[in-house]
Amino acid sequence: MKSLEDLRKLRDSARQMMHLREGGEKIRIVIGMGTCGIAAGARETLAAIMQELERLNLFDVAITQTGCAGLCDQEPLVDVFLPGQPRVTYGQVDEERARQIIGEHVVNGRVIEKWVVER
Amino acid sequence: MAYYRAQVLVCGGAGCISSGCKAVQQALIDEIAKAGISEEIKVIETGCIGTCELGPVLVVYPDGTFYQKVRPKDVQEIVHEHLLKGRIVPRLLYRDPLTEKTIPEYSKIDFFAGQTRIALRNTGLIDPCVIEEYIARDGYAALGKALAEMTPEQVIDELVESGLRGRGGAGFSTGLKWRFTAQAAGDEKYVVCNADEGDPGAFMDRSILEGDPHSIIEAMAIAGYAIGSSQGYIYVRAEYPLAVANLQHAIEQARQYNLLGENIFGTGFNFDVEIRVGAGAFVCGEETALLASIEGSRGEPRPKPPYPSDMGLWGKPTLINNVETLANIPPIILHGAQWFNQFGTERSKGTKVFAVAGKINNTGLVEVPMGITLREIIYDVCGGIPGGKQFKAAQTGGPSGGCLTAEHLDVPLEYDSLASLGSMMGSGGLIIMDEDTCMVDIARFFLDFTQDESCGKCTPCRIGTKRMLEILNRLTRGEGKEGDIETLEALALNIKQSSLCGLGQSAPNPVLSTLRYFRSEYEAHIKEKKCPAGACQALITYVILAERCRGCGICARICPVEAVSGQPRSPYQIDREKCIKCGICMEKCPFDAITKH
Repeated sequence: MKSLEDLRKLRDSARQMMHLREGGEKIRIVIGMGTCGIAAGARETLAAIMQELERLNLFDVAITQTGCAGLCDQEPLVDVFLPGQPRVTYGQVDEERARQIIGEHVVNGRVIEKWVVER
Repeated sequence: MAYYRAQVLVCGGAGCISSGCKAVQQALIDEIAKAGISEEIKVIETGCIGTCELGPVLVVYPDGTFYQKVRPKDVQEIVHEHLLKGRIVPRLLYRDPLTEKTIPEYSKIDFFAGQTRIALRNTGLIDPCVIEEYIARDGYAALGKALAEMTPEQVIDELVESGLRGRGGAGFSTGLKWRFTAQAAGDEKYVVCNADEGDPGAFMDRSILEGDPHSIIEAMAIAGYAIGSSQGYIYVRAEYPLAVANLQHAIEQARQYNLLGENIFGTGFNFDVEIRVGAGAFVCGEETALLASIEGSRGEPRPKPPYPSDMGLWGKPTLINNVETLANIPPIILHGAQWFNQFGTERSKGTKVFAVAGKINNTGLVEVPMGITLREIIYDVCGGIPGGKQFKAAQTGGPSGGCLTAEHLDVPLEYDSLASLGSMMGSGGLIIMDEDTCMVDIARFFLDFTQDESCGKCTPCRIGTKRMLEILNRLTRGEGKEGDIETLEALALNIKQSSLCGLGQSAPNPVLSTLRYFRSEYEAHIKEKKCPAGACQALITYVILAERCRGCGICARICPVEAVSGQPRSPYQIDREKCIKCGICMEKCPFDAITKH
């Protein structure tokens, strides 16, 4: 490390590791991981979301899971919470839909209406 | 950098290690691998989280779920339920001792919510062995700011203005100490970190060294810049093996990143740190004894002045600061004296870490603003006293301090208020005592410690404490005689006035302060040969109350020395000659027919 600038760069990249542990409001993505969700491919959806977040360097997003919401037919279900906005629930989220939801909704803030099952 | 959807923090402080966190951590890694989610979940070992009584503890992020007393056999359920399905495991959650309700979230638990963490800002949150995590939390930014934007004088001015006082014992202004050392004549100076935490019961320094070693290295480098020194030493006791290992690792990392070494941040400033391991003598926490020990001599104090700021290590001007004091310095430099000033009281700024132990529900480390009351620490932060027992006293400052009583529950805790009550802040040990604690016995316990740790160089401390201990031993055995209290007081005064160093000067404090507030207990031991708290074994007798005894015979069957006898269905008796006062009969009697007095 040669200068303060080097320290700042290292700090900014290292912060990604700490985001999950820091307080404050974050973007939250909740995936239905009940038996029905997993059977419908929620694990693959989850993996796709994680890869996409990593690819886009979006480390300030918390992913959590939930159980069966009762709408098993529409699994895998994915909820997106942007700070200060109500929940948006997408249905039948496969890997491709997951990637598009990250790009459109999480990054650009545009809800993809055609896949929404509840909001 | 890989993205993880969850991070599981495993407390790896020495407290949790002794309750088995290593096995839990391994089970967690194995179980996560078995579930095929190693790519999604990261397991991180942190320093002490502070709730040592509840260990091993885990915190799962992003939710911040706090699991306590986790055994390896519980791990599978946590992985399958929480990490796979997102369902919290209620039986492992923290339970509020008063309301009995479970609280899942770390930040909502009173023990954590009631704290203000400056010195402990990173312990239990970062992995102490990964320098990047420290840097992510603004680590080394204060050193960068000092070197790039401030003159040494400005650094010292900021520190003086912050009002920071030494957290190791006497509470001297840290900024002034830096100024004196900076002004001392000499081109070679040293920075020494006093990590010889000797107070039995205090472990905040260990926790910081284990859990956030870089904060100490950074603070020492800032000190080096301020006073004009290029070499630091950390004097740490060999009883802290994890602290030594983590410090050594941190020093090597800092050297690799050129945060120690030559030309730091390209500013031309050079600084390096070395560890000196001590054998763990209480007296080596005294600064002149500590310096002697670093130099390779026997750890004995010498008279002051000259103070170390003028003539310290190898006769050169030396700055000595305690671990917790140093841990406060990077945030002060980074955020400014004004920011630090908002915490604490008029004459005691900032926060203090207390190691709370004894008769208390949540044992552990708490960092709270100066000026908080004993009542708030005991009942709000630490969950009260177990078994609904009454608070009797609290010992502050360890074996050098004194006690506070129920009438002091609402006194703000700060350097000066404690000193005026005959106690001291000391290093922040806080031992809570309930109605079953005998104050004579407590004074005896602390004096036994200081007497044993006296280095023997000066007579008042070496022989005086021995004579005091002999008297206290007699009192607790019921062999006290008239005049003992007066002799204790005379000895105490002499030892305080004529001892060479702080160890001797403060050794009589526990006796003096218990005499001040609980003199009647001493008198009861001498005149009536009774221990009012029922703690001194030699002074209690167990008696069966004939009117309550149903003659069931349980006491006779369990007595290990056959001291209880009688006929079924008529009252039993205890033979006082045979009784060894183990108390098991009283504990097991189903009719509460046995008492002690």
